[in-house]
Order: sequence, then structure tokens, then C-alpha cells
Amino acid sequence: MKTALLCLWLAVLLTVPLWLTDLYFLHILITTGIFTIAAMSLNLLLGFTGQLSLGHVAFFGIGAYTSALLSLGFDLQLTESYRFAVAPKPVWLAFLAGIVVAGFFGWVIGRISFKVRGAYFVIVTISFAEVVRLVALNWVDLTEGPMALSAIPPFTFGIPGLWEETIYKKQPNYYLVLGVAILSYLVIRRLVLSRVGRAMIALRENEPLATSVGIDVTRYLILAAVVSAAIAGAAGGLYAHYVRIIDPDIFLFIYTVTMVIMVITGGKGTLAGPIVGGLIFGILPVVLRSFAGPEIQWIIYGAFMILIVFFLPDGIVPAIRSWWEGRVGPLAEPEPAELSNARPAERQAE
Amino acid sequence: MSAIPNTAAPVLEPVLEIEHVAVHFGGLVAVADMNFAVHEGEVVSLIGPNGAGKTTAFNVITGFLRPTKGRIRYRGTVLTGLRPHEVADLGVVRTFQKTSVFDTNTVFENILIGLHRRGRCTAWETLLGLPRVRAEEKRLREEAVEILEFVGIARRASELGGALPYGEQRLLEVAVALAARPSLLLLDEPVSGMNPAETSSFMRLLARIRARNITVLLVEHDMRMVMGVSDRVVVLNHGKIIAEGPPAAIQQNPEVIRAYLGHGVRGEGAKRA
Ligand SMILES: Nc1ncnc2c1ncn2[C@@H]1O[C@H](COP(=O)(O)OP(=O)(O)OP(=O)(O)O)[C@@H](O)[C@H]1O
Ligand SMILES: [Mg+2]
Repeated sequence: MKTALLCLWLAVLLTVPLWLTDLYFLHILITTGIFTIAAMSLNLLLGFTGQLSLGHVAFFGIGAYTSALLSLGFDLQLTESYRFAVAPKPVWLAFLAGIVVAGFFGWVIGRISFKVRGAYFVIVTISFAEVVRLVALNWVDLTEGPMALSAIPPFTFGIPGLWEETIYKKQPNYYLVLGVAILSYLVIRRLVLSRVGRAMIALRENEPLATSVGIDVTRYLILAAVVSAAIAGAAGGLYAHYVRIIDPDIFLFIYTVTMVIMVITGGKGTLAGPIVGGLIFGILPVVLRSFAGPEIQWIIYGAFMILIVFFLPDGIVPAIRSWWEGRVGPLAEPEPAELSNARPAERQAE
Repeated sequence: MSAIPNTAAPVLEPVLEIEHVAVHFGGLVAVADMNFAVHEGEVVSLIGPNGAGKTTAFNVITGFLRPTKGRIRYRGTVLTGLRPHEVADLGVVRTFQKTSVFDTNTVFENILIGLHRRGRCTAWETLLGLPRVRAEEKRLREEAVEILEFVGIARRASELGGALPYGEQRLLEVAVALAARPSLLLLDEPVSGMNPAETSSFMRLLARIRARNITVLLVEHDMRMVMGVSDRVVVLNHGKIIAEGPPAAIQQNPEVIRAYLGHGVRGEGAKRA
């Protein structure tokens, strides 16, 4: 059953550009896909380790800026006598560097802030995103500040020297985003359904007990932060080379909020949750725009969100799962890591 | 008379050494100048009235608290200053007085989490999905089944930890601790809240744990259990050790009787406050 569903999903996703000829909708799907990747990465921290990072957009933006800057090249006069110049790098190399740099900042934030947990962690992450935004805004020599980095080169494919193809068109960009999304999903899935993921979930569920059996809190939280930040950085890189212009607004708090909404409504701590939430809240604004005025749009958006959170506090995916199990019987061998979210009733009994 | 046959003659080699340990909470002295040792293969009970400092002692031994003064060593390694998971890595594993399991995970997953220390694959190997990761997972699952059977809750494997009846939750806690392969197991009131039948069966479990060469330090109010399973009893009152010796001697000790004033050391189990 599950495999059939999965194949259907994949078939739909893979054939979209063939039947969806409206390029505007394809564009929406691409940006939605990019944000869904970011939401999946946030879910690793928020859903599986239970750490609320409200500065997640920082990693997205760092990935975007790093990748954009390296592919454009830059020339910095650091001191009177010292110039730091970087020649334009191939896009794929810049993209990988963006992932690494974002991951590195994930490690830094992990190191600093997992000493201060709970509310303090939230504050540290928000501040971090704000600081990075201010840097992007004010370090004009490097980032062009509010004038934005423009003419960012798109992705190129091919064998160097033999044949190259630069992808300006929507269709190949769609497949690129889909590919990165699937890869990110697989990475997260591998981690979460392993001993590593069990350790993360154990820390979320009962930290004293987890440490008493030898699970190193810092180590697993930092690991989650690094992987999460790196994947967010990949999403940022995709964004930069697809939209091809970025400015410091990429670091706005509202984007973090969007990611959090995607994760919470879809079902935090489930693998499918951020995908479902990401698709809904990526596409919903566009659908609303087509028939409602701007004020009405946001009211409907907000009301819809509140309804989901109110009636399905664990999110859409866990709700569907328990509905399915109630009618048809248990899904074939529930994935252990997700199980903890699958039964809201018992959880409230604590 | 003892429920636990003392198989080999005890080799008196101290494994856990507690030297001049004190724990202060502000002005409150929870533990004052505590000195005692636990030897290889022993079952030692730490008893005392409510608030005597027993749980605090467990917390300092296992790294959940730092002692204000003093030093703790386990098989020669200084534990003081180590974090809880590092203490666990040395084979010292504790359970908690207040029932503590992974409520929203199944019993089987609880054990798998407990088996964390038994796995060696790194995050990279996991990400790459190397064959040894799969082999290790298979081995861990087999070990989990074995532990569930050892403790006697195998038929509960797929139920949620938080949904188990109380007595079985306490067994699950011990199973999770055993999964971490302790060489020294610290049990904080494992039978509190169990009925007499469950307590008796827990005493038999303790005998089997002991047969696996696991040294046990036990905090317990149930005197039938304490007197039945212990090689030695250490009595704590107001953070100080007031008596130490074999169960029979402790039962006769006037100072112990005074400390328990009316709670009855010989009785069916001390009344809880
Ligand atoms: N974290 C803490 N902060 C302040 N005081 C504490 C703390 N933990 C324990 N205490 C105090 O230290 C003393 C010893 O407490 P402890 O929990 O070790 O007693 P206990 O012997 O385990 O008692 P019980 O039999 O009730 O479990 C008590 O007076 C308690 O109130
Ligand atoms: Mg206690």
C-alpha cells in the first residue's frame, strides 16, 4: 500500500512539467519546492530533536549569498594593502560551498546555543538571523547591500570542455529542485530511521533518561543542527541561482515563520509532514491571489492555518495516519521514528 | 534465608569509591562527607528516611550533579566532573526514582534507545547506508528481544512505554538501563508502587541480574526487599552515614532504629511520607 502510494507520488512529481504547461504555475511549484526543502531541514531540528530554531532562514540566506557570491566572484579591499579577490567559480562548486558554509554556521550556532536551551535557544537563533541580515545589508562592498546581487548565473550542466548546458528554462529547474528535494528527503530519512535518529528522538522525549544510557546531548543536537543548516543552505543556493537576484530581505523573519508553519501544519517529527505542509502553504497564497483581494487573502490564509492547528494539533500527516489506521488497520510496519507522533491520544495522557 | 544465593566468595575489590563527598544546595546540606565503597559483584543498599540524601547521592555518582566537595572513582577513573553520558560510557547506569521511560515510544524502541552504547556506526556511515549499518541494526534488534525476554516484558514489545501498567513501566526502566550494558547498576526505589507479588518477582529478577556479574547499588524503602537481597546496607540520615554493615546487624542497630523512629526497619516496608 505504502509503496503504491509512493510510486504514485513520484510519478505525479516527475511528470508535472509534461502536463503543466502554464509556466507561471511551474514557477510557483519551483519556489514551493525550494521552501519545502527548507521546511524539511527545519523539521530535523524542530520535529526530531525538539529544538525551536526561529532563525532558520539565516542558513537559507547564507547558502544563497555564499553560492551567489562565489559564482559571481568578488573583489574586496580589506585593508590599505590587502585585497581579497575571488574569481567567479562554476555554479555547482559555488552551490556546494554554500552548503558547506551554511553547515559550518549550523555547527557554530549549535555549539553556542545548545548550552543555552529552550527559550534562550530561540532568542539566540532569532538574533543570529538578524545579525546576518544586517551584515548582508551593510557590507555593501561584498553584498551590494540593498542594491541586491543581480545577474547571478544559473546552473550549468554538462561535461567541462565537451558539452555544457545552462539552464534558464523552468522545466530543467523544476527537475533540479525535485532532485535536491528527493536527495534531502533521503538524507533526513536515513538519519532519522537509524540509531542516530533514535538518539535525537530520545533527547526530545526524555533528556535525563537519554543521557543516563549514554547518549551525548551536545553531539546529537549539533549533528542535527549541521545537517539541518546544510540542507537549508542547499535550498538557499537553489533559490539564488533560480531567481538570480537576491537582497538582504531574504533573511526576513517572515520566511522562518513560513517554514515553521509548513512544518507544524504538516506534522512535525514526521517525514512527510513538511512536504505536505510545504505544498499547501506554498501553493495556497497563489490560489488565493487569483480570486481574493490582498487583505482577504491573508485573512483566509490565517484562518486556514488556525483551523489546522486547532483541529489537528499534531498536523495533517499524523491525523491522516490515525484516520487511516482507524479504518483500514495499521500501515505496514510503522516507521519507528514517526511512531511517537502517530498516537496523539496516549500522548495527552502523560 | 537470603533470597539471593551468594555464589562465589566475595572478592573484596572496591569498584565504586565515594570519598568525602558533600552536596550543598545553598544552605541545605543534602549529603555531608559521605564515604563508602561498593565492591565487585556486591548488592549494596543505600537506605534512609525521606530526604536523607539517597537520590542526591545517585545524582552525584552519575554526573547529574556536581559534588560540592569530594571525589568519586569507578574502577580507578574519577567520575567527578564527567557528564551523565560519559559516566554511562564507563558502565555506570542508573534508574530514576520517579518513573521515567520514553512514553511515546514503543517498549521495543525504548530498549533500542537504551542500546545506544552498543552501536558503533558513525553518522557518516549511517548517511551512506553502508552494509555494516544494516548489520548493526539487526544485531541491536536481536539484543533488544533478548533483553525484553530477560526482564519478562517481551509480549509488550509493541505497546507504548507510557501506556504500560505501572509495575511493568518500572520493569521497562530497568530493561532500558540493562540495555546500556552496565557493570554497575544503580536502582532508585525500583519496587516503589509495586504490589507484593510484583516485588517478589523483581527480587528474583535482581538475582538474575546479579548472576550476570552486574554490581548493584540499590536505594529502597521496602525493607523486606532490602534485607532479602543486600550483601551490605549503608544507612543515611540527614546526609550522613550513620551505619554500615550486613543486613542482620543493621536491623539491630539502635541508631538506625532511632532514625526510622516508628517507620520500622524490620517491618513490611517503611511507610512513605
Ligand atoms: N535540586 C535540588 N535543589 C535543592 N534541594 C534539593 C535538590 N535535590 C534534593 N534536594 C534536597 O536535598 C535533600 C535530600 O534529597 P534526596 O532527594 O536526595 O532525598 P532521598 O533520600 O532520595 O529521599 P526520598 O526517600 O524521599 O527519595 C532533601 O532535603 C531535598 O529537599
Ligand atoms: Mg530519593
